[in-house]
Formats: sequence, C-alpha cells, structure tokens
Amino acid sequence: MLKKLRFILYIAITITSLLGFVFPYKHPHFWWQKIPVFDAIFGFIGCIIIIIFSKWLGHHWLMKDEHYYD
Amino acid sequence: MIDIIPPAFIYLIGAFILPIIKNRRAQQAFVLLLPVIAFVNLIHMPYGNYWVYNFLGFDLVLGKVDKLSMLFAYVFVIMSFIGMVYAIHIKEYGQHVAACLYVGSTLGVVFAGDLLTLFIFWEIMAASSVFLIWYQRTKSAMSAGFRYILVHLAGGTFLLAGIVIHATTTGSIAFVLFDIHELSTKLILIGFLVNAAVPPLHAWLSDAYPEGTVTGSVFMTAFTTKSAVYVLARSFPGVELLVWLGAIMALYGVVYAVMENDIRRLLSYHIISQVGFMVCGVGLGSELAINGAGAHAFSHILYKAILFMGAGAVIHVTGRRKSTELHGHELYKKMPVTLTLYMVGAFSISAVPLFNGFISKNMVVAAAGELNRPVIELMLHLASIGTFLSISLKLPQGIWFGSQKGSDKIPDAKEPPLNMLLAMGIGSFLCILTGIYPKLLYDLLPYQVHFHPYEAGKVVAMMQLLLLTLSAFWIYIDKLGGEAAISLDTDWFYRNFGRALLRFCNEPLNQIRLKIQTLSSQKVAFLSRLSQNPYVPLEMFWHIVQGKTLPLKDSVNQAYSPHIYRLPIGVGICMSLVFFLIYGLVYLWLV
Repeated sequence: MLKKLRFILYIAITITSLLGFVFPYKHPHFWWQKIPVFDAIFGFIGCIIIIIFSKWLGHHWLMKDEHYYD
Repeated sequence: MIDIIPPAFIYLIGAFILPIIKNRRAQQAFVLLLPVIAFVNLIHMPYGNYWVYNFLGFDLVLGKVDKLSMLFAYVFVIMSFIGMVYAIHIKEYGQHVAACLYVGSTLGVVFAGDLLTLFIFWEIMAASSVFLIWYQRTKSAMSAGFRYILVHLAGGTFLLAGIVIHATTTGSIAFVLFDIHELSTKLILIGFLVNAAVPPLHAWLSDAYPEGTVTGSVFMTAFTTKSAVYVLARSFPGVELLVWLGAIMALYGVVYAVMENDIRRLLSYHIISQVGFMVCGVGLGSELAINGAGAHAFSHILYKAILFMGAGAVIHVTGRRKSTELHGHELYKKMPVTLTLYMVGAFSISAVPLFNGFISKNMVVAAAGELNRPVIELMLHLASIGTFLSISLKLPQGIWFGSQKGSDKIPDAKEPPLNMLLAMGIGSFLCILTGIYPKLLYDLLPYQVHFHPYEAGKVVAMMQLLLLTLSAFWIYIDKLGGEAAISLDTDWFYRNFGRALLRFCNEPLNQIRLKIQTLSSQKVAFLSRLSQNPYVPLEMFWHIVQGKTLPLKDSVNQAYSPHIYRLPIGVGICMSLVFFLIYGLVYLWLV
C-alpha cells in the first residue's frame, strides 16, 4: 500500500515538474517565478527547514513538561 | 428601512427570549431560526448609514452598511448557522445564550459606524465568549477563561483610552480611516491587534481556544479574530507595520504548530498563521490585497470551523485531546466520514486547487508580488508549506492513523452525532462550492476583482509546492509525531508575573500588613481605653511626680468606674474655693 502510494507520488511530482515547463507563470514578478520547478524545490527545502527549525527550537528552549504551569 | 432591524439585535434579543422557551424542541428550532432571520434581514439591507441616534452630542451609528461590512456580516451569519447546527444537541441552553450574545455583538461591531458603539459591542463580545470556555467546567478551562477575559479587558482599555483621546482632540467619534501617527489611533490599533491575535499579543488565543467546550470553540474560531481583521481593514489599510506583523505572524503560528501535541491548540496556532495572511493583506493596502484579506477571512471562517468541528468530534467521541493519546488507534476505520469532512477543511486551508483557500489566500500572496515585496511573498509562501504540513499531514496522521500493537484501544469510538456531521457537511459544501465557482465570493468583495486564480501556471506551481511538501513530510514522518509536552508562549510572561504578584501579595506584603495592623490596633486599643477613663493621664502624672513605677497597664485595662476616683466632699468644696480665689485675684489684677 505504502509502496504504491510512493510510486503515485513520484509520478505526480514528475508530471507537475514537467508541466512547470509547459505552463510558466503568466506575470512573473520576481526572478524565481520564472524558474519552472522553483515551487517544487522551495516546497521541499522549506518544509525541511520548518520541521528542523521548529523541533530544534522546541527541544532546546520552548518545549516543557506538561505540568510546567501546575 | 422600517421592516428591518439591526442584525445584532436579532441575536441579542434572541438571547433573552431563549431562556423563556421551555420546550427543548422549540428551543432548538429557535436558535436555528435566528441565523435565517438575520440572513433574510441582511439581504434586505441597503447600503448607507442608518439607525443614527444622538447621544451626549455624538452620533451613534448602528448601521454603517457597505460592501466591506456586508462581506463580513454574510459570513458571520452563515457561520452562526453552521455553529448552531453543530451545537444543537447541547442540553445546556446557557451555551446557546452565550453564543447568541457573541454572534450578535460581533455583528454589532461589523455595522458600527462610530467608535462608541464599536467599543460597547467589542466588550460584549469578550464578556459573552468567555462563557463558551467556562462552560467546559474544568479547572484548566476556568483559569484559561480568566486569562482570556483579562487580556481582552486590557485590550479594551487601550481601545477606550484611544477613543477618549481621539474624541477629545478631534471632536468626532466616527469610525473611519485613521492616521496612524496620532497617539489616540496608536492606542486604538493596539486594542485591535489584541483581538487579531498579533504576536506578542496573541497568547490568549492558543491558551483559551483549546480549553473551550467542543461546540463553543467552533464559534470562537470565527468571530473575534475576523472582526478584528474587519476593523483593521476599515481603519488601518496600508499601514506598513501590519505588513510585517502579518507575515511574521503567518510563520509564527506555523512554527508553533509543528511543536504542538494538543490537537485544538495546533489548530489554534494555524488561526494565528492564517490571520497573519489577512493582517498582511490589510497592511499591503492595494485593492487586490484588501480583497484578498476579505476573501481569505470568508474562506478561513468556513474551513477553520470544519477543522475545529472535526477535532471537536474526535474529542466528543473519545474524550482525548492530544495526538499522543489518539495516535495509533486506527480511528480512520471508526470515523471515516469525520475524517473525510476534516480533510475537506484541511485541503481548503492548504490552498489545494478547487478548494476555497486556493482562491483567497493566493490573492494576498499575489498582491505582495504585485507591490514588489519579495521578502513578504516568500514568507507567505513558506507559511503555506507549513500549513499543509501541519493541518493536512501531521494532524490527520496524529489523530486518525498509525497502529500500535498492544496499546489500549478506544472502545466506543464511533461517528459523532448526526448534527455534528451535518454542520461539517454544510461547511465542506460551501468550501468546495466557492473553490470551484469563485465568482460567488468575488462578487461580495469590496473592490472589483481582476484576479484569475485558475491560471495554469498558478495551479501547477501550487501542486509542485504541495507534492514536495508531502515528500519532505514522508522523510521526516517519524520525527513529527506528537510529543507529550507543552510549548511556552508569550503567556509565560503574564502567567509567571501573575503568580509572582500573587506570591508577593501573599507573603512579604501580607506580613507587612499584619505588622502594621497589630501595631495600629494596639495603639487604638490603648487610646480607646484612655478615652473611656480620662483620669488615667492625671494618675500617670501623679505617679511620675511621686517617682513611683507606673501600674499603667492595669489602669488602662481597668474599665472606668467612678467609685475608684470618688474623693471626700470637702476636697470638692476646697477646690472650688481655690478656683474662686484665683479667679478673684486675676479679675482684680486685670481691672
């Protein structure tokens, strides 16, 4: 089941990345909007940055025991 | 004009009639009827200013009706209907009364044409919504409610101070576009920002919303923050500060959501994040941006209600509220309908094409592009990734999926009552309807819309963003599970300050008070004895003259008795003769 899902995901990523070349932004405001697969790269890296940064911040500073305020 | 009444009063009067109705079925019909009446009423309300009353020389305007106020009024009324359907099984009518007062006062804010009316409804909003938390009746809900109301009253005080200064300096209380450079408008802005939950003034939201009742929190997600967005859009569009606050807030909520374990607290952080898009849109101030802020508020109210209703349904059925307690019980098998409807909300907030988030959120992002704000555009883009990650991936995985061997099963997990599912269904229908046919929503927006959400390039870019977020989630799936912990937020400051203040009052300050009290009551006791027995000072004097030690305490403590001091009658006669002698001598000497 998971393997099948992963396969579908790979296919979908490939298709949307290719479509990025066929359908560029109509009115790009910034240089990165002209890169066909920019959103894919940004999504991947951005997501990893958010996960790592949040967890790091939590573990090193903000996350406390559940009874912290009791 | 005469046929219609201010929409706020439909709910406010309804709240007072509701307790009189004794039949439960009739009560249920009545609370569902109120939004219907309000909706019909709205349709018949023409644009303009009406219901103007003179009060102490100021004009109170209860009906300032234009496209902006109508947009918010429509979604508030629709939301109140959905919320009522969701809550209709509640036997405690007090919750319905609180909800009616809350919805009514929010509509009062939306149509307020002057600051005084706005302030009054603003305060009713805070005072009625706190009961939706307190009705949960747990200790944590009670204290969260107190913190909630204190923060809102503090915000209200800023607002009132601003209004008073504004009224005395300009002589007008009209609720119009404000100049941010005045002290008065800065204070008003602070009052608004508290309700919009802009960091660092936001902690009341993530503190209180997860503590509210299952049905009450659904109401709360819709009204307070979005009415704040409305007042910001009306009075502070184009303020640069709001652009940055909004973008920071969008990311702030995202970062906290990744850490969260409590499911409704996670969703609360995403209210902060989504309101960030709206605040940013208001700050950008262009026609597209204001349209985007309004449209996003409309969409957000619908999908966030679905998400809170879904999470609430799980809490209602299982009694558990943390993903560490829910994960691994394969709830998707037992609650497939709830999961499906939740996912509609999740896809909407994540701006998946064909859902309403896609047609509204991207207006704000596009406005940032149009105004050439690269950093803001990228920040909002990053927040979109975090939204999809937490709401559509992490949370469903944490609530519904995962299987643990040998863990305690949740035995009676099942679909929630039909009315809850129906409410989620109505919300989902509206999310998809406006997603597929955006014109319905775009026609309500304050400015004419020239935005085309379904350009191929935009759809493809969004799909790329979402699919690759999914891939990254897949890689880090083990790291993202809920952890049995809480994350500190800015409420740390006032919670600890409050505690320290209480300790300071209880201990050192109380000791000083006790000392002062003991000392002063001793003195008072002495004086009161003294005044009962005025001979004592004389006695004391006589003792000192004779060089005796003083039996002071005894004479002070002894009750006065005339017999102790009674002298032979000759002494009295002698004293009066001496007095007459002195008097005579003085008289002769003077004359």
